[in-house]
Amino acid sequence: MPSPNILLSTPNPHKLPSTVAREDEHLLVAAAKKGDTAAFEELVSRYERKIFRLTMNITGNREDAEDAMQDAFLKSYAHLKNFQGDSRFYTWLVRIAANEALMRLRKRRPNQVSLDEPIKGEEEDLMPREIQDWGPGPDQRFAQTEMREILSSVIEQIEPEYRMVFVLRDIEELSTEDTASALGLSVPAVKSRLLRARLKLRQKLDRYFKQGGAN
Amino acid sequence: MNCDEVIRELSNFIDGELDAATKHEIESHFVECHECKLVVDQTKMTIKVFCDCEPVELPGDLRNRLHEGLRRKLREATQ
Repeated sequence: MPSPNILLSTPNPHKLPSTVAREDEHLLVAAAKKGDTAAFEELVSRYERKIFRLTMNITGNREDAEDAMQDAFLKSYAHLKNFQGDSRFYTWLVRIAANEALMRLRKRRPNQVSLDEPIKGEEEDLMPREIQDWGPGPDQRFAQTEMREILSSVIEQIEPEYRMVFVLRDIEELSTEDTASALGLSVPAVKSRLLRARLKLRQKLDRYFKQGGAN
Repeated sequence: MNCDEVIRELSNFIDGELDAATKHEIESHFVECHECKLVVDQTKMTIKVFCDCEPVELPGDLRNRLHEGLRRKLREATQ
């Protein structure tokens, strides 16, 4: 087993002393399981942007998102021996990061975040009102930076119970079953909340995307 | 199928999880109901814009903090 200290002192984390090929995730995971921290750091480098986006989307708070990301990577390393490889490493990592982010969100809003209780108003009328045409390519009317700000703003406006499901299912593309398992919800509850999350976000984007909207 | 029933099946329709008969019913509804078609198309667009939004590079200071913090803690754990 390589000495962790030697590998950790590698000047550029993108340059692996390891012979593991970059595209072979399972080899990196196998090497990391054996204590090759450089292999693990390569996994971190691959997924840090996506994991930070995930923790930012869930917590809506930069400090919490940073802490959740760091703890997610640390926990994934500590529990790597339990990773059986029956799902992608990234899917497993997303579940850990989502839990870390959710814990911080609950600390910040202790009475507002409960995933396992029925949500008041879930039987409400779902049909949107005042539906207006967005015209062709509504997203093309915005610069990339502006679009990021809009998306970040609208996702923060919907309740965490819906946001979590949308983030895992639609942005991270976990299956309905994996999303349910990660959040401790039933599959019907995930489906129900995903539908509402999608409709709520559509409604929030309407003010930007409708023709002659807030641009 | 009325508008409310169509909207309740919207996610299943978008995700391709409906049987052929229900899918056909919804598509027939769209011929007569422009508003439901708009809601479905706009919901698809909503998902697309979130999926298309690539995560940005971590700011240098954050990346350094993350990697230095991980190295320190992993070193502590292996000693």
